[in-house]
Amino acid sequence: MEQYILELKKITKKYPGVTALDQVSLGLKKGEVHALMGENGAGKSTMIKVISGAITPDEGEIVVEGEAYAHMTPALSKKLGIEVIYQEFNLLPNLSVAENMFMGERVGGKILADFGQMERRAAEVFERMKIDINPKTLVRDLSVAYMQMVEIAKSIVKNVKILIMDEPTAPLTSDEVDILLELVEKLKQDGVTIVYVSHRMDEIYRVADRLSVFRDGKWISTNLVEEISRHDLVCEMVGREITETYPERRKCKGETILEVRNLTGKGAKNISFDLKKGEILGLAGLVGAGRTETARMIFGADPIESGSIFMKGKEITIKSPRDAVKNGICLVPEDRKQHGVILSLSIRDNITLPIVKAISKLGIVDRKREDGILEQQKDDLRIKTPSFSQKAGNLSGGNQQKVVLSKWLASDAQVLIFDEPTRGIDVGAKQEIYFLMNRLVEAGKAIIMISSEMEELIGMSDRIIVLYEGEQKGEIEKEQFSQELIMERASNIVR
Amino acid sequence: MNTKASTKINARAVIRESAVFLVLLVIIVMFSCLSPQFFKFSNFVTILRQVSILAIVSVGMTVVLISGGIDLSVGSIVSVVSVLTSMAAVNLGLPAGAAIITGLLIGMLMGLLNGTLITATGMPPMIGTLATQIAFRGLGFIVCDGASIYHLPESFKVFGQGYAGPIPVPVIIMAVVLLLSAFVLGKTYIGRHFYAVGSNAEAARLCGLDTKRIQILAYTVCGFLSAVGGIIMTSRVNSGQPKAGDGYEMDVLTACVVGGISINGGEGKVRHIIVGVLIIGVLSNGLTIVGVNEYWQQVAKGIILAAAVAFDSIQKKNKA
Repeated sequence: MEQYILELKKITKKYPGVTALDQVSLGLKKGEVHALMGENGAGKSTMIKVISGAITPDEGEIVVEGEAYAHMTPALSKKLGIEVIYQEFNLLPNLSVAENMFMGERVGGKILADFGQMERRAAEVFERMKIDINPKTLVRDLSVAYMQMVEIAKSIVKNVKILIMDEPTAPLTSDEVDILLELVEKLKQDGVTIVYVSHRMDEIYRVADRLSVFRDGKWISTNLVEEISRHDLVCEMVGREITETYPERRKCKGETILEVRNLTGKGAKNISFDLKKGEILGLAGLVGAGRTETARMIFGADPIESGSIFMKGKEITIKSPRDAVKNGICLVPEDRKQHGVILSLSIRDNITLPIVKAISKLGIVDRKREDGILEQQKDDLRIKTPSFSQKAGNLSGGNQQKVVLSKWLASDAQVLIFDEPTRGIDVGAKQEIYFLMNRLVEAGKAIIMISSEMEELIGMSDRIIVLYEGEQKGEIEKEQFSQELIMERASNIVR
Repeated sequence: MNTKASTKINARAVIRESAVFLVLLVIIVMFSCLSPQFFKFSNFVTILRQVSILAIVSVGMTVVLISGGIDLSVGSIVSVVSVLTSMAAVNLGLPAGAAIITGLLIGMLMGLLNGTLITATGMPPMIGTLATQIAFRGLGFIVCDGASIYHLPESFKVFGQGYAGPIPVPVIIMAVVLLLSAFVLGKTYIGRHFYAVGSNAEAARLCGLDTKRIQILAYTVCGFLSAVGGIIMTSRVNSGQPKAGDGYEMDVLTACVVGGISINGGEGKVRHIIVGVLIIGVLSNGLTIVGVNEYWQQVAKGIILAAAVAFDSIQKKNKA
């Protein structure tokens, strides 16, 4: 029998109204890449928190290298060589890369810190990782991908034995994903055990040795990667058959609703395009190509330096999101937790926030009308919650995104801009969002979609505009869609 | 709908509220045992009258806190309004009503200035209102040359000293302010906007809310209610005092925080103000009756404040 480096035995964790983990047992072998898969709310994040000691399980025990513990604490798990890289980074933006890497460690003498030594040691780690980062750079000046590399480097410095990565590739572009996956391989060869949480199948099949599937807080299966087909895997995750990834929709292009002309501002210049009713327009590009910047300008979140926007043939002035919303333009932002939902407010407050003034009489909110709208949104979008007074922060990522969507569906938006709408969302909820997008365009709305997932972009868009370093590099019609063509344009490779 | 789950989730808030309420009850029982003078209807009316100004200004502060700001200038607004309202009545010879309207407008104007300064520059509210606190206080002294203003018209007395039956007029004004604010915060879209902006201003902006206007409105409301407090105080002491509100912002903040209003924004209800204000009021009144001097009273208030915040902090830690 093989020895596990870490074993969870019958772990149960209950929250009010939901059992996040139900008698879950799982063993990690030394030096393996073990993928955890499951829809949002399946219990993956809770399990990570149990292993890292962020939360205490109600039942069960954790065995690390033969020692049994009733629960971990953050300090204990670190001592045992367990490191977690969360989706939200744990870096201090105003300090240098080297200082971040040695945070909590005393480098140098008793009183003075030896920054030179820190930087040298940091540089050595980066050399081993084959990553080009200057240890003196301030973290806030790094791109998201590099911040992640710093997080990994930080754990390497601490002699990590078990590295848990929660959706590590979600913010990365495909080139950066390659770099990350190579790094994972390298760590594995060094004997590090890696727990890899991701929704992206390609990555799992490239990098994982074994994978475990969870559903509704229960352990479903653990298999060697080569022994389970993608189809079976998806079925185990959702517990039902998914026939096709990108649902068909009927052709429904109508007249032009939005015209953008020579839009220029921070991070994007001379962007021009038309958007028709019943159309999904994809914005492709690498991270930093100006996709989000373009979206934010159209929505008035960032200032427009020059250029014009026409809605239904009439020029409109957009100086703030308020102007955009008034003109029927809305944005589902990239950063769901910071900009999409207000975590500390109830689902009710979140969904009706843009329209609460409109559904008030003499300033008093019409609760009956509000309840009606909420019930309809809940049914339409299948938001899973016991009550509308539940705080949005208590919902799973997929359900939070549904709250953001219903916020705009409840208002009378004509043009919807989706910035990475399915990031960090499980397969089932993704499907629901695709169906919803189709329903929206079939109802005559127009959608601009930004996505770093090429398949999704190709699967959902009618047309794709590719951006490269803030400039438009052509428009591709559906008939010509190919990953290669888009990648070439996005990397500015001219044939 | 499954209400059981949501009530469980709110359990923490319920425990907090019951704890504060329990503290209030314990204090009342304690003083009742210590002194026969305390547990009397007339004394309770006195306590309500004593806390009325504190409660009214605390409502203003709460509106600002909920919308994500803080207003350290409320005490100076009280002073300036006290002086200017008195001068309007005495020096300009305006009738009491006109003088009061002048005072209220000046309070709103100062609040408007606070809000505009903070939203236009993006400076931290604590610094912005610290600056205006200092400046307003100076202005209060300049306009009256540092001297108190006496000989207010007789009709002015009613706001601070009048009675409607057994109930003092300030208590009635306080009740109206509390009811109105509970209504605005709980039932109107303006209330929703305050909470949204205070919880996450950027997310609220991306929902199409005019966050700056909402914040300015909050400070204006606070200025207005500080002016109401200033006018009652002026009427109560029957003179305009340039020092009327010195240090008042700290009393107000203490009451708000003890009651359970978050200084991080987005949270707090009117009932929290009521409990917070009553704890402070009962404590002062009871300690005075029992014969504890002013300085020990301050020590007691400090301990209560620390205890309330410690309670919150520990609960938050245990939640994780």
